[in-house]
Amino acid sequence: MTTLQLLQSYWWLIISILGAILVFLLFVQGGQSMISTISKDNRQLIVNSIGRKWEFTFTTLVVFGGAFFASFPLFYSTSFGGAYWLWMLILVSFVLQAVSYEFRRKKGNLYGTATYDGFLMFNGLFGCVLLGVAVGMMFFGAEFTVVKSNILSHNSPVISQWAPTRGLEAIACWKNLLLGFAVFFLARTQASLYFINNIRDGKEFDKCMRRKVLINGLIFAVLFVAFLVVLFLQSGGRVIDGTFVPEDYIYWHNFWSMWPLAILFLLGVVSVLYAIFRSAFDGNFRAGIWFSGVGTILVVIVLFCLAAYGNTAYYRSLLSPDSSLTISNSSSTKFTLEVMSWVSILVPFVIAYIWYVWSKMNSKPLTQEELNQDSHNY
Amino acid sequence: MDELISTVDWSRAQFALTAMYHWLFVPLTIGLSIIVAIMETIYYKTGDDKWKGITKFWMTLFGINFACGVATGIILEFEFGTNWSNYSWFVGDIFGAPLAIEGILAFFMESTFVAVMFFGWKKVSKGFHLASTWLTALGVCISAFWILVANAWMQNPVGMQFDPEQMRNVMDNFWEVAFNSFALNKFFHTVFSGWVLGAVFVVGVSSWLILRKSNLETAKKSLKVSAWFGLIGIILTMWTGDGSAVQVAKVQPMKLAAMEALYDGKVGQGLIAIGIPNPDKKPGDNQEAVYGEISIPYGLSILANHNPKSFVPGINDLIDGFSIDDNGDTISTVSYAQRIEMGKAAQEALKEYDEAKMANDTLAMQLATAKVMDNFKYFGYGYLQSPDEAVPPVALTFYAFRVMVFAGSYLLLLFIVIIILIYRKSPYLEHKWFTWIGILSIPVVYLCSQSGWIVAEVGRQPWVIQNLMPTTAAISDIPASSVQITFWIFAAIFTLLLAAEVSIMLRYISKAAKNNIETTD
Repeated sequence: MTTLQLLQSYWWLIISILGAILVFLLFVQGGQSMISTISKDNRQLIVNSIGRKWEFTFTTLVVFGGAFFASFPLFYSTSFGGAYWLWMLILVSFVLQAVSYEFRRKKGNLYGTATYDGFLMFNGLFGCVLLGVAVGMMFFGAEFTVVKSNILSHNSPVISQWAPTRGLEAIACWKNLLLGFAVFFLARTQASLYFINNIRDGKEFDKCMRRKVLINGLIFAVLFVAFLVVLFLQSGGRVIDGTFVPEDYIYWHNFWSMWPLAILFLLGVVSVLYAIFRSAFDGNFRAGIWFSGVGTILVVIVLFCLAAYGNTAYYRSLLSPDSSLTISNSSSTKFTLEVMSWVSILVPFVIAYIWYVWSKMNSKPLTQEELNQDSHNY
Repeated sequence: MDELISTVDWSRAQFALTAMYHWLFVPLTIGLSIIVAIMETIYYKTGDDKWKGITKFWMTLFGINFACGVATGIILEFEFGTNWSNYSWFVGDIFGAPLAIEGILAFFMESTFVAVMFFGWKKVSKGFHLASTWLTALGVCISAFWILVANAWMQNPVGMQFDPEQMRNVMDNFWEVAFNSFALNKFFHTVFSGWVLGAVFVVGVSSWLILRKSNLETAKKSLKVSAWFGLIGIILTMWTGDGSAVQVAKVQPMKLAAMEALYDGKVGQGLIAIGIPNPDKKPGDNQEAVYGEISIPYGLSILANHNPKSFVPGINDLIDGFSIDDNGDTISTVSYAQRIEMGKAAQEALKEYDEAKMANDTLAMQLATAKVMDNFKYFGYGYLQSPDEAVPPVALTFYAFRVMVFAGSYLLLLFIVIIILIYRKSPYLEHKWFTWIGILSIPVVYLCSQSGWIVAEVGRQPWVIQNLMPTTAAISDIPASSVQITFWIFAAIFTLLLAAEVSIMLRYISKAAKNNIETTD
């Protein structure tokens, strides 16, 4: 393996980790999607509970995008410039989220608390499902072509071109939606686990959340198993010497050929299931979010690795297979990846201070009493 | 072709809309974050709870504004991909890195410590809280640094080379990209202007409190901190602005010419103080360029070159490749017609390279590479049909420059007067007319700030990357109608959010005026 290949693999791993952390942090969106199903008193608690974490999800999404731009610019240019409507819908949902916590109960907010809660629910549903759809294209393909020499054409200089539906066809693809809804119900499950961990508001609240863990967890499990079946039956391809070579059951093959990943995957799945079932049935167990979080991160990292390692086309073109993107044909240069790798040394430091601050701020569970005393709340 | 132009125009409009709204919120975040940190430091040092109340008052206003900055910021990042996909590929190897570093180093710092700022008063120690407030301000500055490095690189592309094999630019010197003088100057100029905006905001709100005879002590304390902070900010902004002018004269002389509506330059060129650019004026014609011109003798030569006897080229001079050196001798530069020829030659050679690569003809590839490199400096001109296309909108750049300079000068005077009045304990501070000056200075500083960006961004048209890529070649493959729809959606969302933010701020300030801010906990 050359240094460049090593750097490309390293940066794909970083992208995978960021993507995995993002999926974990989508518990914020999962919680938002439940706002309307919670009583008014408890609503303040759950909004304030996740409201103190929303910026982590938001920031991780931005960094995920930035890291893709820096390390795999051809993906950035092809996907964002092509699946225009998909990404615009995602952006709109996150823009509305960004102001809603701060504005929702402020006097003079013009549109009323219900409107901002509506924005939060919109982001809770569409943010999760559409991000799932966007990632789904990495397994099930997308309708684009890449012709670099187009840049010399003055009438049509765009190198990455997309089907006329520009991302709407990806939203209509049931396989992508399957992943999208699996992500959505995972986010709701994790939100319930987080509330059990972070909020103390009596037995009824606790019971309600444990019921939500079970219901959402079971729906997630069914959708995720269905997704896995579809994934392992899926055809794909590898780009070898610039030529796309189709392959049936490619992700199944990757799964077993990269067996350490298979072990991590199984560990992750067991961890998530443990979190769901123990939290649902053990009234004293509050650490489910951490088991579920670690499990989610492991599973998502493995899925990203299955999508791209081994010369697998992680962005398969359904219109022109030779346009398919791999980590080697879509990456930045060795020099840029090296520079970025030096910067990535700071990531553990960043994680450390986030962890430290998180533990300081979450050292005591959130209560109604604290909300009543605090002048700054949502 | 018409569809392409329409897509380009709407994409530019959408990006400009997002950037302008973003820049309503961000400079206030930059300035207010430091003012809040200074106030909390005073609280930490003195232990005086009054300062805690004052800090929390301004911190709440900071929080309301911060959310809108975050909301508009995410769109800007992703619009590079959604609307400028060719650009993302052509320079992604260089441009993506600062954005990623911004995310890793700055965004996490901001989002982590801003939560402690708002929710940590009773959860962490005083020292830890103060450190969090300063770290939030630092995160804001680091974020500004990397995004401005990226912006500066578009205006002065350095630290890179072109790779014909990949048909894109690749980075070969990270330090040059990150720490070239153009980027550093841009960073400091922009951040200091944010300080000024934050300071004027505090001056305006404090003046309103004084006008209402409410929380006078808080208002005067805030006025004192902000006036000093603003004075330092405006002096540094002007100093770095002078540095910007010198750099623009070197790197983007066409922008400088547009800022002055200068068509035919001369040795000892004056700086127009007042004038109206002729909207019908075209390069090369004999019409008057500016009506009713009143100029400061030698002003532009001093501004551009720090030399009153230097030559400053105008639009016609640049197009014709005419200049005069410091010895007074006429010299030829590369005319725009030649640049277009060289750009087309570079693009033709790149086609030859691509064909040779397909035919596996190594010798032809080498020859084509040499030809590309010989002409690459003007690669972007190959997309232009005539030299006139390389001229930015003159009138808008001209007016925006003057608005920025006049408003900036007014703000310098404002801060000086406030400081004098504070130290003389003058009753004028509480005079109705003076408080209104303070309040009405808020729109002035926003106008100043927005004008600065108009000069920087409109003045560099048609280039998305100076000399290498015009906006027409940077575009995504999307129909104009799609961009029109998203433009209006974003215009509506941003406007509604801005209205909500202003309304919330006004209501909050109004409510605070009825209570004692210093005892609010």
